[in-house]
Amino acid sequence: MPSTKAGAVPERLEADQVLSVRGLSISYATRRGAVQAVRDVSFDLRRGETLAIIGESGSGKTTLAVSLIRLSPRTARITKGRILYRKDDDTIDVASLPDDDLREFRWSECAMVFQAALNSFNPVISIWEQFLDTAQAHGMKNAQEVRARSGELLRLVNLDPERVLRAYPHELSGGMKQRVLIAMSLLLKPSIIILDEPTTALDILTQRAIIDLLRKLREQLGFSMIFISHDLSLAAELADRVLTMYAGTVVERASVKDLFYRPRHPYSMGLLRAVPRVSGALGSVVSIAGSPPDLIDLPEGCTYNPRCPFVIDECRVREPELLPVDTPQHDARCIRWKHVAELLGKDEAVVSEKMATAT
Amino acid sequence: MTVSGDITVKGKPLIELVGVSRTFKTPGGVIKAVDSVSLALGQSEAMCLVGESGCGKTTTGRLLAGLLRPSSGQLLFEGKDVWTTKGEELARFRRSVQLVHQDPYASLNPIRTVYQTLSAPLFRHKRARDRRGAVAAVTDLLQRVGLTPPADFLVKYPHQLSGGQRQRVSIARALSVDPRVIVADEAVSMVDVSIRISLLNLLLALRDEFRVTIVLITHDLAVARYFARKGRIGVMYLGRVVELAGSEPVVGDPAHPYSAALVAAIPEADPTLTRSKERVELRSAEVPSLLRLPSGCTFHPRCPLFEEGLCDVKEPELLPLPGSREVACHVAVRERAPAAELLAVR
Repeated sequence: MPSTKAGAVPERLEADQVLSVRGLSISYATRRGAVQAVRDVSFDLRRGETLAIIGESGSGKTTLAVSLIRLSPRTARITKGRILYRKDDDTIDVASLPDDDLREFRWSECAMVFQAALNSFNPVISIWEQFLDTAQAHGMKNAQEVRARSGELLRLVNLDPERVLRAYPHELSGGMKQRVLIAMSLLLKPSIIILDEPTTALDILTQRAIIDLLRKLREQLGFSMIFISHDLSLAAELADRVLTMYAGTVVERASVKDLFYRPRHPYSMGLLRAVPRVSGALGSVVSIAGSPPDLIDLPEGCTYNPRCPFVIDECRVREPELLPVDTPQHDARCIRWKHVAELLGKDEAVVSEKMATAT
Repeated sequence: MTVSGDITVKGKPLIELVGVSRTFKTPGGVIKAVDSVSLALGQSEAMCLVGESGCGKTTTGRLLAGLLRPSSGQLLFEGKDVWTTKGEELARFRRSVQLVHQDPYASLNPIRTVYQTLSAPLFRHKRARDRRGAVAAVTDLLQRVGLTPPADFLVKYPHQLSGGQRQRVSIARALSVDPRVIVADEAVSMVDVSIRISLLNLLLALRDEFRVTIVLITHDLAVARYFARKGRIGVMYLGRVVELAGSEPVVGDPAHPYSAALVAAIPEADPTLTRSKERVELRSAEVPSLLRLPSGCTFHPRCPLFEEGLCDVKEPELLPLPGSREVACHVAVRERAPAAELLAVR
């Protein structure tokens, strides 16, 4: 390759873009056939921006997130697309980065926080050793420097370094472990942090503390954040923009306010109406009928059509493209989006009746 | 003290915990997972127990279901002390109270078909004598929980079902013995958001149709509000019920500072609302260990309403307040006092 830097591509991202995923498809080889876990996903991430990827289990959100740092299991293969990342002034394609460069990219440029409290720690070494391991694996060899940096980070996440660094994982509560993981992800000053269900499995008050912490860190350190969650309220709390995923693909891409107040894809709308609220009127809450499709044998046409209350014959013919609705910053993969908009302008009673009539 | 029975349960309670405590031995010492809890539930009541991990809600559920013996206090079913009954009477209680577990992936035997899982209790409790009778009964159960057409599900194994479908099978299993009470422990936490409501609706419909009493244990206040909208919510903290009231009073106007902290902390699926929610600042984020419970009110080290010399000295009782509400907080009871005093005088 003529390029000086491995993985560098001629295409350049704009200065305020840190990541651009373009037409990414990933499939898993299984005995039953190829599982198309991620299909033609595109999105951009700007510096300092927080992006939420929401969807149900099996929607491909976790596959997508781990592929961003190429941590997918061996059975997964990127079949199409690019993951462009802006590093200093270069643009590199993570999808074709050689292993050595990949290791450097992970953590120092893009760190991932896996689901809280589960298997993220080595149970038989102290927190200090975990910090040291992580640092050394990425070229920070000076233990004193690592000690200073980890102390600083633990204080930043409101933990007492003296106590926590000496502790073993089982001695920490779920909330503390999650704080430690967040601190550890910041060790090499990455410009992107990916968080997988950062508050699931945590108690309400701990969840609140983690949300407030992430907000504070983002303000202080200016990193970009991608988090994946099935929890819509978390997206409402933290996200600037939201991607709704269904059956492996993006069905809606919008600013947080557009998505929550002006959803244009029936699935986003269905999700929003399926969640009961604590404040305000209880309103009508309706589950989405049916269940997500088999990713090996996707339905013809729009993958959501078997569950959709807005379905017409045309929806069963061709999968719609992700196209702008309302504004150029708001896209939906639905030919019926105008009907969604129209219905949302109507009386609550009319809306709930319609949403309850899905087959 | 069984004020709950007097205030909100119409008629005689069906099932009741009277001053029940339960201790466990741990390597660190003896802990009281549930401490002097009194709860009375009427027929076809829907109640939610909410609280964070370690608050004793699951233990309370197991005590109600008769799966754990109280260390002190009584479990009454139709007015009779369950732990002194035996023989057919005890068997009747066992059939009458059923538990639905949290994890539909763990609570169904993976090598049994839906038919095998559902027919076993029918044979066990002599509700079916032969295969034909069992198939008919299982078909009926599947229909009741919305797994239709039933013939499609009879021969399926758990791995062939979605999480929501599995949970429906668990509910069908609970229903197979015509229970009067169902204790559902985090029964919807592990299924996708898009179908949670339909499971809650199923439980509520069963309650309406068969007059079953349902206790839903959850950490999710939004779920509790939805499920108990015609019933009550009990908020638990460190083994005690700290507030017990209708669902709207609890989430709309919580009286106990701990309930208020939970309501304020919960994120909501509305960006403007959730980002402007008023917080309740706690004095400490640390949950005390059950091995070293604070003196007086166990919430006092964290409580924003803390009053020295009162809260750290005297244990608050669960006292009635106006609006069919009971609260265990010295300050809240005093502040909402005028009416409360009147109530006491009467």
